[in-house]
Amino acid sequence: MSIGLSHYLLLSAILFSISVAGIFINRKNVIVLLMCIELMLLAVNFNFIAFSHYLGDLSGQIFVFFILTVAAAESAIGLAILILLFRNRASINVEDMDGMRG
Amino acid sequence: MFQSILFYWIAFVLVVAALGVISARNPVHSVMFLVLAFVSSAVLWMLLEAEFLAIVLVLVYVGAVMVLFLFVVMMLDINVQRLREGWTRYAPLGIGVALVVILEIAHVVWFKAQGFSMGMAPQPAPADYSNTEALGAVLYTEYVYPLELAAVLLLVAIIAAITLTMRQRPGLKKQNIAKQIAVRAEDRVRLVKMKSEKEQ
Repeated sequence: MSIGLSHYLLLSAILFSISVAGIFINRKNVIVLLMCIELMLLAVNFNFIAFSHYLGDLSGQIFVFFILTVAAAESAIGLAILILLFRNRASINVEDMDGMRG
Repeated sequence: MFQSILFYWIAFVLVVAALGVISARNPVHSVMFLVLAFVSSAVLWMLLEAEFLAIVLVLVYVGAVMVLFLFVVMMLDINVQRLREGWTRYAPLGIGVALVVILEIAHVVWFKAQGFSMGMAPQPAPADYSNTEALGAVLYTEYVYPLELAAVLLLVAIIAAITLTMRQRPGLKKQNIAKQIAVRAEDRVRLVKMKSEKEQ
């Protein structure tokens, strides 16, 4: 059986749900949460590229290009905030970030 | 046939790496598994004839973003044991939600969509086809404004990351070169006229 569009879509669905599970499981560790978001974006990019290939349209790849740009900016700022947080709190535990709870 | 074997093999590695990312005890191992996931998806993107993006994924993502992650993980002194608390408590919920998501998507993608006309692989591109060239031809004409916006976004991200992490520590002794150059002798030495003191 040759590899079709469904194979790639299913693979990206598996990847996406693994990262959803990761967000639930590692809900205390901010850095692993950021990594799970990266993994989710990868799954979405997979969909775009698979559709771009099977529909013969380059727009999907352009979208992936922009998603990669935004994801790089997001992780740079996310890690900067993380460093700032660690400097002030000496911890990256989500439960320690309850300063605005009142 | 070769492509099928390659797809299943790399997909297996990708899924194992993704599972490693979410379950590794040490965040450094998580980053390493994520690198493996990115590299294997770059191979799969090559199979999908998205050569430029596959290379960009390896160069930009593995080369820059993941190294940044690794840098931060190693720089921060993290108490891993405390962060692992509640792993068993949240694992069933997480796995349950993931299973529901995957069943829903599989239901649509696998069973409902068997009749997709685009399910069949298109003809492979000719040997002299350049994915980079084709992408550039679209990117610099049709998508030129989004491209400029992406450039501005990256600039904003650079400035934001620098301003967020820059700090002026109080009490730090440092040179002020402009002040040093502009100094004059009369500012430094003060001649005081006074009477000579008497001996006791």
